[in-house]
Amino acid sequence: MCRLFALTSHDPVSPMLAIKALDVMKEGHDGSGVGLLLQGLGGPFEEMKDAPILSGIFTEEGIRRLDLFMMDQGFLTKYKISLKTPKTQVEGIPKRNLYLIRAYELPEGWDLLDKEELAERLMMIRLKIREMGEEKKDMMVFSFWPDTIMIKEIGDPMQLAEYLGLDRKELHARIIMAQGRQNTNYAINLYACHPFFIKGYCTMTNGENTAFTPIKDFLLSRGFPGYVGYASDSEVFAHILHYSMTGLGLGIDAYKHVITPLQEEDLEKHPDAGFLSHLKRTCRPLIIDGPNCVIGTLPDHSLFMVQDRKKLRPGVVGGRPGLFGFSSEICGLDAVIPDRDKTKDIQPMHLDTAIVGPDRQEVNICRQTEALNLPL
Amino acid sequence: MSSNRSLEPSALSLNDLPWQIRYSNDRCTLCGQCTAVCPVQAIELKVFQKRILKTSVQPEKKHTADYDSFYGIRQKTRVENACIGCAMCAMVCPNDAIAPVKNPGLDRLKFHINQNGIPRRRGGRRNSSQSVLDRIKFIRISMLTDPALDAGRHEFEMRTLLGRVLSPRENMKRLKEKGWIPPVREIYPLIIGGMSFGALSPTMWEGLQMGVAYLNEELSMPVRICTGEGGCPPRLLRSRFLKYVILQIASGYFGWDEIIHAIPHMKEDPCAIEIKYGQGAKPGDGGLLMWHKVNKLIAAIRGVPQGVSLPSPPTHQTQYSIEESVAKMILSMSMAWGFRVPVYPKISASSTSLAVLNNLARNDYASGLAIDGEDGGTGAAYTVSMDHMGHPIASCIRDNYLNLIKIGKQNEIPIFAGGGVGKNGNLSANAAALIMLGASGVQIGKYAMQAAAGCVGTEEDRCNVCNLGICPKGITSQDPRLYRRLDPEDVAQRIVDLFVSFDTELKKIVAPLGRSTSLPIGMSDALGIDDLAAAERLSIKYVV
Repeated sequence: MCRLFALTSHDPVSPMLAIKALDVMKEGHDGSGVGLLLQGLGGPFEEMKDAPILSGIFTEEGIRRLDLFMMDQGFLTKYKISLKTPKTQVEGIPKRNLYLIRAYELPEGWDLLDKEELAERLMMIRLKIREMGEEKKDMMVFSFWPDTIMIKEIGDPMQLAEYLGLDRKELHARIIMAQGRQNTNYAINLYACHPFFIKGYCTMTNGENTAFTPIKDFLLSRGFPGYVGYASDSEVFAHILHYSMTGLGLGIDAYKHVITPLQEEDLEKHPDAGFLSHLKRTCRPLIIDGPNCVIGTLPDHSLFMVQDRKKLRPGVVGGRPGLFGFSSEICGLDAVIPDRDKTKDIQPMHLDTAIVGPDRQEVNICRQTEALNLPL
Repeated sequence: MSSNRSLEPSALSLNDLPWQIRYSNDRCTLCGQCTAVCPVQAIELKVFQKRILKTSVQPEKKHTADYDSFYGIRQKTRVENACIGCAMCAMVCPNDAIAPVKNPGLDRLKFHINQNGIPRRRGGRRNSSQSVLDRIKFIRISMLTDPALDAGRHEFEMRTLLGRVLSPRENMKRLKEKGWIPPVREIYPLIIGGMSFGALSPTMWEGLQMGVAYLNEELSMPVRICTGEGGCPPRLLRSRFLKYVILQIASGYFGWDEIIHAIPHMKEDPCAIEIKYGQGAKPGDGGLLMWHKVNKLIAAIRGVPQGVSLPSPPTHQTQYSIEESVAKMILSMSMAWGFRVPVYPKISASSTSLAVLNNLARNDYASGLAIDGEDGGTGAAYTVSMDHMGHPIASCIRDNYLNLIKIGKQNEIPIFAGGGVGKNGNLSANAAALIMLGASGVQIGKYAMQAAAGCVGTEEDRCNVCNLGICPKGITSQDPRLYRRLDPEDVAQRIVDLFVSFDTELKKIVAPLGRSTSLPIGMSDALGIDDLAAAERLSIKYVV
């Protein structure tokens, strides 16, 4: 089982905070990898909120092919960060040529596109680069989205953070999601590293997804080009989130009704019983059977945590106005926000979705038995 | 016969018969129960004569040659009286003096069981105990990476959907526009498949219905039962229990006059309407109720004269193209109940099943597809149809499910699998395998008869006289002397036992796979088989 830590802060903070949290939860991961999502960026990226940022790992040949491809598409580099790695290699971290974090100027005319069309095009560019990279094994791309950086690599989180020099001002962010990996297979595919990102929706999970195959089959057959990959059984959580919010127009309060619907008895008593029974039936192949704790972020920079029906995974949310942390274990939260009121810590249970909105003032608990904001 | 007489071609010896009676004269009390109970008069009381020679080496002693006669049981060797192996004689014998034994040699009766040019007809199912389903193992056990669940104490929701489920987007659109949304029933994934009133005795039918009602009302298990093609007793049609019943319409339309006239009086809608186009036991052949079983009651319910054989046509008379007539029939049946009742076809498994499925996929009124495999049972069919016609269920279900995935409708048209599920007694394992291959639920028939009423039929060609109305257990007979042997209350009790134990076993299968909140339909990553070709064919893992 992996360890997760996410935070949402009013002021941009260093990703090292999250790395520190993973480090104290070391017993729960084996240092086989780390994944980081940074949003609400401070530093130079603060000034270019609309410029899509490409995050990935490239070989020399890969970066040449990328440049040609991006130029063909009409993208111009606006700003880039080079993660300089030390000359001496650290055991357990593979040698890479280039960790790319590069913001692009949109091609001409793209700034006039409506939001949805632009999002679609950015996703298609990311998928194309991924496809090209998979062909020649020279490019890996994790996200291509405004105000978003993703870093994934094999190794112990703390060692890796030092190796990559993550404690730098340009990487300060308001939303940070980090996963310390507990590897369950020896051949580590970086595309299997959490968090998973699609069009502004991002999730990371711990636990194994026992209903993975039918869920994957269902998503793959939606005819939506972004629903691909599935090197990890947890990638489906991000895609279900995207499908339920953009495909079905549901709110985050309904996400849990899709992945772990109420059982019949509770459903009958729910104020929106009619709607929910339709949702349960039509989204039946998206029911996860856990055990999973899912932490995710939405395009409006809300951060949330849900547990599956069995509630077998640990998860805690706590903090103070302006800074909240979502952690697999309380020790992780203690390491990052020691001065919070611990009596207000919340461990979401099998019916809860814990949400901290973009204003970062409080933790809202949305119980599955409560009425919903219906999209009708 | 005498050794110097001519022989009839079909004169058989005991050695030629598939079942031979082993009889012990020492233990027999001559009570006559065995000869009375034998459904085919295979045995009779006979006087046997024995010559007893008494000789001595001493010449002065007298030599005698006396005749002793005694009574005993003799097995007849005529084709029509060949023992069927039902073992009722053994069951009634107070002294265990008699029992049939399977002849390990070649069954020569097979060559003669077409007297007067009529090929053999029988009940039962394909005489083969092979089963691909039995070879499928559940290999994805939750071990440490995710914990296995406690089948006894965890909460489970093992339900399935019967009805056309729209895609999430389309359903949302219709909710917004207040459009028509097809009816969907949430039911238990094990269904008692169509066995008609007529094929089954009144006591058996009543027992099944009582068992199903108990499961629903007392145990909250939404078990459903299909009527088969034989109509439905008028009182049931007008009762609240109709909601547990799937009414079947088949090509003979037997009983549908009564059903249509009862619609205005129905307190509840039926669970669903099953339109039977085919049956796995005899694909491409119609239903058959032989005249022996068409008594006054059956004739009244079916709306036919008494004492005539009732062969349903192989296809519905109105059907000349699947595109038009199936759609029309589904639509008419939907309309009859105001579009509140799911209507789905049942077909026999065939290499052409995909064409049917693709056709249904475009028809919103089609609520599902039931597919009956080659191992399905029947009350009466030609042996040749039963033994040699049809398609195995596992690969047919898999093909259909994978096709649904391809068109993105895997949750929209539930596929129900039937035909030999549990034929070797492994009901829950077979059912779970089919569900993980893609079935939304399974239908059973013969298993219910075997478990709930003690049907003695086997795939070794035992008994199988359901067609003749002489069922020794009273399950498929319309003769009150026979069906009185069966107490409906006992049948109901056993149906409840069957479903409750099935439920426990199903949980014992899904819990170690880490599944509890939804039925693992299409969870094919959990399956493995020790045959490479079968693994490839079913797209599951090959394990040795």
